[in-house]
Amino acid sequence: MEIKADTTVCIGAGMCALTVPKVFDQSEDEGTVVVLQDKPPQELEEAVRRAVTLCPSGAISVV
Amino acid sequence: MSELTLPTARQRPLDPPDEVTALRQQAPIHRMTYADGHQGWLVTGYAAARAVLAGPHFSNRPENNVHPPIRSARMEAAMRPELMRVPPGFFLRMDAPEHTRYRKLLTGQFTVRRMKMLEPRIQEITETCLDAMEAAGPPVDLVQEFALPIPSLVICELLGVPYEDRDRFQADSKLLVNLETKVDDAVAALGRVSAYLHGLIQRKRKEPADDLLSGLLESGELADDELTGVGVLLLIAGHETTANMLGLGTYALLTNPAQLAAMRDDPSVVENGVEELLRYLTIIHLGPIRTALEDVEIEGVTIKAGESVTIHLPAANRDASRFPDAERLDVTRPAGGHLTFGHGIHQCLGQQLARAEMRIAYPALLRRLPGLRLAVTPEEVPMRSDMTIYGVHRLPVTW
Repeated sequence: MEIKADTTVCIGAGMCALTVPKVFDQSEDEGTVVVLQDKPPQELEEAVRRAVTLCPSGAISVV
Repeated sequence: MSELTLPTARQRPLDPPDEVTALRQQAPIHRMTYADGHQGWLVTGYAAARAVLAGPHFSNRPENNVHPPIRSARMEAAMRPELMRVPPGFFLRMDAPEHTRYRKLLTGQFTVRRMKMLEPRIQEITETCLDAMEAAGPPVDLVQEFALPIPSLVICELLGVPYEDRDRFQADSKLLVNLETKVDDAVAALGRVSAYLHGLIQRKRKEPADDLLSGLLESGELADDELTGVGVLLLIAGHETTANMLGLGTYALLTNPAQLAAMRDDPSVVENGVEELLRYLTIIHLGPIRTALEDVEIEGVTIKAGESVTIHLPAANRDASRFPDAERLDVTRPAGGHLTFGHGIHQCLGQQLARAEMRIAYPALLRRLPGLRLAVTPEEVPMRSDMTIYGVHRLPVTW
């Protein structure tokens, strides 16, 4: 799994950072998504998929 | 012409109107006649609600949303932008990309991490309110002693609004969410809150402090009138939302003792229990409303440009295809993904703050006062059916 994030559409709701803090954080200034590990370990994949569904702006996706 | 008008009368205080539930069971989207005769839509299904809220071709701008879904003086005022001018920085009622600029200036202040840092202070405020409540009663009105002061104190501190000034905005804030408020009164209330914040911003320009409004001033990104609009939005949002969740949530727990016991006795339940209360209670009970800027297809239905769509969040959050056994309050169910904070670019900016407040306040209340119970019958609790945000007007409790 590889995570793609688009900070231009991100609205900083924080759902990803709330759901999988090991994988997602938010930038200090704009609060937009920061991907801490773009190839997350297998045990976190399900949570990452949940974060993708929860994201209100479609800013994160997985391939 | 559609026969359907928006049903608003509830048969039971915590459930959406039965007619709305029946509609959702038939289809996710319905033709609906608005109060001015407009032929628009009502969305009751979860997936359709998400699609509209995330759709880039749906506008939230006041001049595009001119059809009130129900007869209500306050709602009709909101639908007449020539009368009810929203201040320049009121980004909730903007579309992208204009909205994006304001939102990005603020999101850094409301991150999950920032809200975590506020937790000790929220804890202190909660304990202080509980001390005052114990000293005052029993019985007390939980809304006045607990549900309102906690979020009010928190948002005031965060923004840098003196809590001693609350008489200057709490009553007006309430007027602005009352469905019965007449146009002139709503215009005057918005004017007073705006004037108050404008004055406060002038004072902060001379004497900046360590708070959100001062920080935005120092950034130099916003003109004073824009900053006023941002301040009005955050102050009202901070007063009318979490306060109602704390009041109505406590009512829901007191009338569902097994759920209350789980929230009180098992700390591992609290985080999810808060999501479930948000889902089950869905205090944003009339709207949001969006209007299509071009023809859009949602679940096989074509919404034409210019048609308004009312998204029934309480119905969408009880959609059994998304939440099995959705009609039941169950603080242990996975309730994430509910639409109570909205979806799309306008999803609640303060949601992580609201979560932090609720995760602290509910268990603190239930543990401090294990004998907490209603001081009246459940039927005697006055519900906020007359407000744009649902909840309880008062919650008489004893212990």
